[in-house]
Amino acid sequence: MNALILSAILGVVLMFSGILLKQKITIRYIAFLGVLLLLVVNVMEMCGTVLFKVNTHGMIYFDRFALLFNSIVFLSVFIYFILSAKDMEKVGVNYAEYFTLIFFILCGITLTSSFKSLLILFLGIEIISIPLYILTGSDKKNLKSNEASLKYFLLGAFSTGLMLMGIAMIYGARGTFDTTSINMFVEEKPSALMIAGMLLLLFSMSFKVSAAPFHFWTPDVYDGAPTVFTSFMATIVKAAVFIAFIRLFDEAFGVLQSQWQLFVAIIIVATLFIGNITAVFQQSVKRMLAYSSIAQAGFMLMAVYAMNTDAKEGLLLYAVAYSFATIGIFAVLIKMKDYTFDGFNGFAKHQPVLAATTALFLFSLAGIPLTAGFLSKFYMLKAVMMTGKNLWLVIFAVLMAAVSVYYYFRVIQAMYFKEGEAQSLEVSPAFKWALVALAVMTIILGVYPDILFYWLYF
Amino acid sequence: MPINYYIFLSLALFSIGIVGVLTRRNAIIIFMCIELMLNAVNLMLVAFSKMHYNAALLAGDTATIAGTDGQLFVFFIMVVAAAEVSVGLAIIVMMYRNIHSVDVNFLNRLKH
Repeated sequence: MNALILSAILGVVLMFSGILLKQKITIRYIAFLGVLLLLVVNVMEMCGTVLFKVNTHGMIYFDRFALLFNSIVFLSVFIYFILSAKDMEKVGVNYAEYFTLIFFILCGITLTSSFKSLLILFLGIEIISIPLYILTGSDKKNLKSNEASLKYFLLGAFSTGLMLMGIAMIYGARGTFDTTSINMFVEEKPSALMIAGMLLLLFSMSFKVSAAPFHFWTPDVYDGAPTVFTSFMATIVKAAVFIAFIRLFDEAFGVLQSQWQLFVAIIIVATLFIGNITAVFQQSVKRMLAYSSIAQAGFMLMAVYAMNTDAKEGLLLYAVAYSFATIGIFAVLIKMKDYTFDGFNGFAKHQPVLAATTALFLFSLAGIPLTAGFLSKFYMLKAVMMTGKNLWLVIFAVLMAAVSVYYYFRVIQAMYFKEGEAQSLEVSPAFKWALVALAVMTIILGVYPDILFYWLYF
Repeated sequence: MPINYYIFLSLALFSIGIVGVLTRRNAIIIFMCIELMLNAVNLMLVAFSKMHYNAALLAGDTATIAGTDGQLFVFFIMVVAAAEVSVGLAIIVMMYRNIHSVDVNFLNRLKH
């Protein structure tokens, strides 16, 4: 509850600081401090100190899982700000407003990670989406950004409509929005209304996490949006929607698992296949990362499919590993002049530190051992194995992970083994140190994932 | 009136909305169709809310508050839809300034 209220307040504070303060660096420091404050109060809540006591009538409930996830999000946002906040200046003139919108999105993320009622789920998803439409279109003169924004908006609003219809149908079948009561309902055979509502919710959530038959907006939107904001929405926002996804299907539809499990399995296979195979043919690294985010979503969906302890732990680890690695790669990508694979030719000679850390992040995304990405994929596969059925899903996922190595290693190949003059902007020593720190964190999590899970159980 | 009529009307409105979104080319009309979908949901929620209230009354609970949450949800949908409209229209205006058209067929620059 601490982080929820403070993030909304901080959003308003930054909005006014845009009017009152002229210096961009002051605004940036306020944003840094704001995220740190959020992280601190959230950890305080994990240790039992609740600053704001609000009676939500059981609509919001912060359990350890939600609080730990929120801490991960705030940490990722802090790293994201350190690496990329300076680059937001280039997007447009409304510097403070971008931070404002990001803080409002954080408010939505705390809602989606802690909802107990479908109303809060809906509000959380919308509070995340609406600022994102604006951020996508923030480069106002750029036609690509306009187009991405309009596309994202139209499809996002459409999927919200589907989600609301699903919620209305579930309400008709159950007479309540409370997830626990929906799950507790005893009946011999689920009614058609309930099944239809659940499927609509499944489709709209797959839409929001860009799982495959509903992924078609993702490459265009991620490609068109300003790269700084692509970094944000491909990592932190996506992880947050996944948490909402797993919570919804665990708490509200746990009883009906036999009904939806096959659908989720089909979506996983389609997502892994389309994401990985299409990524192979991309020429631009930014677009490749968009498809890679679809492919990674396929892996994260395995947590929803398996729905056991391993799945929940694994999803948290996956969120961290994926967010850290992708934020790092995007931070380097923003500094590049040319976003194609050829633009990376000879990058290692030009900027050895940046190239080395990028290579490590790519290893993590591909799932090479000793990085966090390997263990997170391992946990996902283990979770599916534990369910004891549909082992073909595991085999298929491993094959697709092997395909993913190809397009991730193309970047490494370009950086290290090709001759060329990679053009990049000037980077400060602080940026390099932050990247190195992020890389070290990726390795530490890959060797000792228990430091993360320790927080989950104490 | 039986609840079925409301469900059918609301599903019909919702389907008209979906078909409109999928077939129309004008961004504003697509937008209106999305609003139609949201309003179909509102109608359905209110109908279900009344249904649950009547069911609780028939069960003998005269002081029931069953069904209130459904009507409250409708208010939330209205507020969120209004917020969405303001952002969406701003995006459409922004695009219109750049290409002087609201036709979504122009949205093909990102294909490559």
